[in-house]
Amino acid sequence: METIQKNQEIQYTAKDFKSDQYVRWCPACGDYAILSSLQKVMAELGVSPTNTAVISGIGCSSRLPYYISGYGFHTIHGRGAAIATGVKVANPGLTVWQITGDGDCLAIGGNHFIHSVRRNIDINVLIFNNQIYGLTKGQYSPTTKKGYVTKSSPYGTIEHPFRPGEITIGARGTFFGRILDVDLKSSQMTMMAAAKHKGTSVVECLVNCIIFNDGAHGWLSEKATREDRVIVLEHGKKMIFGKDRNKGLVLDGFNLKVVTIGENGITENDILTHNAQNPDPTLHLKLIYMEAPDFPVALGIIRDVPAETYNDAVVSQIAKVQEKSTIKTFDDLIDSLEQWEV
Amino acid sequence: MDKNKTTEIESVVIRFSGDSGDGMQLTGTLFSNLSAILGNEISTFPDFPSEIRAPQGTLGGVSGFQVHLGSGKVYTPGDDADVMVAMNPAALKVNAKDIKKHGVLIFDADSFSQKDLEKANFTTENPFEELGLSDTIQLVPVPLTSITQESLKDFDLDSKSVTRSKNMFALGLICWLFNRPIDQAIHFLEKKFRKKPDILHANLKVLTDGFNYGNNIHLALSTYLVDKSEETPKGKYTSINGNKATALGLIAASKKADLELFLGSYPITPASDIMHELALRKDMGVKVVQAEDEIAGITTALGASFAGALAATNTSGPGLALKTEAIGLAVMAELPIVIVDVMRGGPSTGLPTKTEQTDLLQALYGRNGESPVVVMAASTPANCFDYAYMASKIALEHMTPVILLTDGFIGNGSSLWKLPRLAELPGIKPNYPKTGMEGIKVTARDPKTKARYWSIPGTPGFEHRNGGLEKDYNTGAISTDPLNHQRMVDIRQAKIDYISNVIPDVEIEGNPEADLLIIGWGSTHGHLITAVNNINKTGKKVALAHFNYINPLPKNTAEVIKKFKKVVVCELNSGQFVSFLRTKVPGEYLQYNKVQGQPFSASELEEHISSLLK
Ligand SMILES: Cc1ncc(C[n+]2csc(CCOP(=O)(O)OP(=O)(O)O)c2C)c(N)n1
Ligand code: SF4
Ligand SMILES: [Mg+2]
Repeated sequence: METIQKNQEIQYTAKDFKSDQYVRWCPACGDYAILSSLQKVMAELGVSPTNTAVISGIGCSSRLPYYISGYGFHTIHGRGAAIATGVKVANPGLTVWQITGDGDCLAIGGNHFIHSVRRNIDINVLIFNNQIYGLTKGQYSPTTKKGYVTKSSPYGTIEHPFRPGEITIGARGTFFGRILDVDLKSSQMTMMAAAKHKGTSVVECLVNCIIFNDGAHGWLSEKATREDRVIVLEHGKKMIFGKDRNKGLVLDGFNLKVVTIGENGITENDILTHNAQNPDPTLHLKLIYMEAPDFPVALGIIRDVPAETYNDAVVSQIAKVQEKSTIKTFDDLIDSLEQWEV
Repeated sequence: MDKNKTTEIESVVIRFSGDSGDGMQLTGTLFSNLSAILGNEISTFPDFPSEIRAPQGTLGGVSGFQVHLGSGKVYTPGDDADVMVAMNPAALKVNAKDIKKHGVLIFDADSFSQKDLEKANFTTENPFEELGLSDTIQLVPVPLTSITQESLKDFDLDSKSVTRSKNMFALGLICWLFNRPIDQAIHFLEKKFRKKPDILHANLKVLTDGFNYGNNIHLALSTYLVDKSEETPKGKYTSINGNKATALGLIAASKKADLELFLGSYPITPASDIMHELALRKDMGVKVVQAEDEIAGITTALGASFAGALAATNTSGPGLALKTEAIGLAVMAELPIVIVDVMRGGPSTGLPTKTEQTDLLQALYGRNGESPVVVMAASTPANCFDYAYMASKIALEHMTPVILLTDGFIGNGSSLWKLPRLAELPGIKPNYPKTGMEGIKVTARDPKTKARYWSIPGTPGFEHRNGGLEKDYNTGAISTDPLNHQRMVDIRQAKIDYISNVIPDVEIEGNPEADLLIIGWGSTHGHLITAVNNINKTGKKVALAHFNYINPLPKNTAEVIKKFKKVVVCELNSGQFVSFLRTKVPGEYLQYNKVQGQPFSASELEEHISSLLK
């Protein structure tokens, strides 16, 4: 088996990760942008298609593995996280991506999701959050905004939506990032960090379902106003945003507050510096909670904390036991049983 | 009596019963193992209460362990007990109906006070009369509690530890009764309590005192001798339960196939011991994920299978129900996986600690769509090893999920196992593509067996996308074409049907000249063959065809069945195998069914079969 190493001789391009399959999403579906960003990131990451495995559940978004030219497995609804866990534990040399939707990941697959995050399996999870069930034609999902009218909520939903980042942190996640389909640069930067993070990297992808939930992220997507409405976070960088790069975040007591540099004596020095590596997730949660219109929505790398992965622990525990054990072969194991001659 | 008489007998059934805290499982295991070392055939069965710690002395907390020793072939743990040990009135009450008419009942006389009797819901002072025990049963009261206290009075032990040692007194006494030297028991205890010298010494003292008690106070009992079995082939043996044998079978297969073994599992009675055993085996490189539920148990395993491991998952009925959809995915993706179902009483939570064969139809048919899988069943604790091994071999060579059915009876029960060597086991050749096949489609398959090739992620040139959507027969791309779907349904079925070419024929045991054929499958073999042999000994004629391979059926199945005038299918359900047989080999079948959470007894089978021969 090839080990994963950046192959110095081969410089991959996004094309190397394109399969021969015809992409079946609706024209202008937000999933296209994520697919194309992902292919670019895969090329830049330098792991060969051979050593790349893309695992998904069921949903429009979960069709993605067919479009990537590595090893792929399009499985059953909600179970992608568990399947990806098995893939990574059994074959740790692979770089494993899990593609999932808001329904696939947080409704039917919620249990597997939180447990893979808790275990910190080294996989990269892209949650395509269009706040709707696309494939089944427009029912509300666990992330649909309260009150939203869908086919299954003709009078508006009466449920409180999940925040994927909050669940990730609740499950003791070590990586959480958020990207917006149309914002390619921050998408690629965030996915790349997710790929490099060892452990379960959760990336919430805000995608537009043009058919059943068009404009769910419209407030952010508008090109003209986007820079004022999102903040792209990176470890070690100031929490500054805005078209004129003059807005920033500061702490006001226990809460975050938006300030303008140059007003009320605020200078760049007063603005928070993002520490994605802080094991204490309190501030990360605050960043995840930020909502329009009072706050910019946080994109980028919100949390990126190093920790041992489950798959490494499996391997090292086995190695430790094997080193000490005198039982090396199956026949040794048989010989170690209580036995007698007849 | 100065010298006790010793009677030589061919076989004997002993049941140890007491409170779940009384150590009856340990006592029974030690006694059966040391008998096996002395050359007896053995078969054992533990009967656990479903409550972990029911209030002490109550009916719900009774735990039992039965062992059948023989100088000839022993097929089952036996029906009724020749010797019963009852540590308290509750144990007596639960087991009274299973003491033989001329059996011996040894009980702890100290535990039969008014209060103890009340706890076990006795309403009179004479429990034996109240239970209507036959007066031909020999009652042997032994003050086990007080005598153990006396025995340990010089030991610095708390009173709880002292009382807990009384099982060793019982063991010593039983060793005396069966003319068993206690050396082996001492050896076992030394190993078990190596790290607890206080407990070890106390146990050894009580064990020895129990043995001498029989000798010294001249219990008015004749002792028994069960001779060495001459039928056991020479070799090295151990005593093994079915769950451990299953785990070892999976390990052996992984080594033979040169693959890592991966188990995805979620705890459930009576299947968890397979996971426990495999979790221990890090030395063998086994990877065990204790998943968040049964669905994740099988789906982690299926991910491991996709990634190139020998993948297995183990469960019991309720868990198999949860795995349904993922088994369908394994059918569609044509990936190898072994699913072990240690059956228990159902439906729903049912009778978790009791045995049944009621998951057969679930295993055969419990999925959406046309989704044939291989179904097989082990029939003894020891051959769980062989069938776990064969299940793995078939899965890997034919690229299919295989459901292996065992049950609580053989999963927890033990029998003698002749120790295998890896070199002696049949070879396993996973269905890898051959070099030069680079670029094959995900649906490419072996032209003869129809098994899809298994391309392992990480191998250059074999990149592919698999999944649960229907695929085009030729290109492997997703397809909803009507005729293609028909073709794929047919090829998946043909792949399973082909396996009948590689499995052994079903054998006819008993008298092949008989007019009456008994059919069974799985764990009932011991009881069925015992009944069949006993009847044949009386000069009547009866044959037995016992199935380990169920889907596909052995090739000679129809031929065998057609030879007999009358066929009766015996199973621990309401007629699941017989309904399968009726569709595969149409004909007239009689049925004998029992769904009581208990195995058959050989005597009830004998009675029923005899009635058919009249
Ligand atoms: C067991 C099962 N239940 C239900 C479905 C139907 N189903 C398919 S996809 C889906 C929801 C998809 O929503 P989401 O995960 O958000 O993906 P999207 O299509 O929006 O990308 C549902 C309910 C199924 N395929 N399997
Ligand atoms: S239904 Fe929505 S999510 Fe699905 S492909 Fe069309 S636009 Fe995309
Ligand atoms: Mg969705």
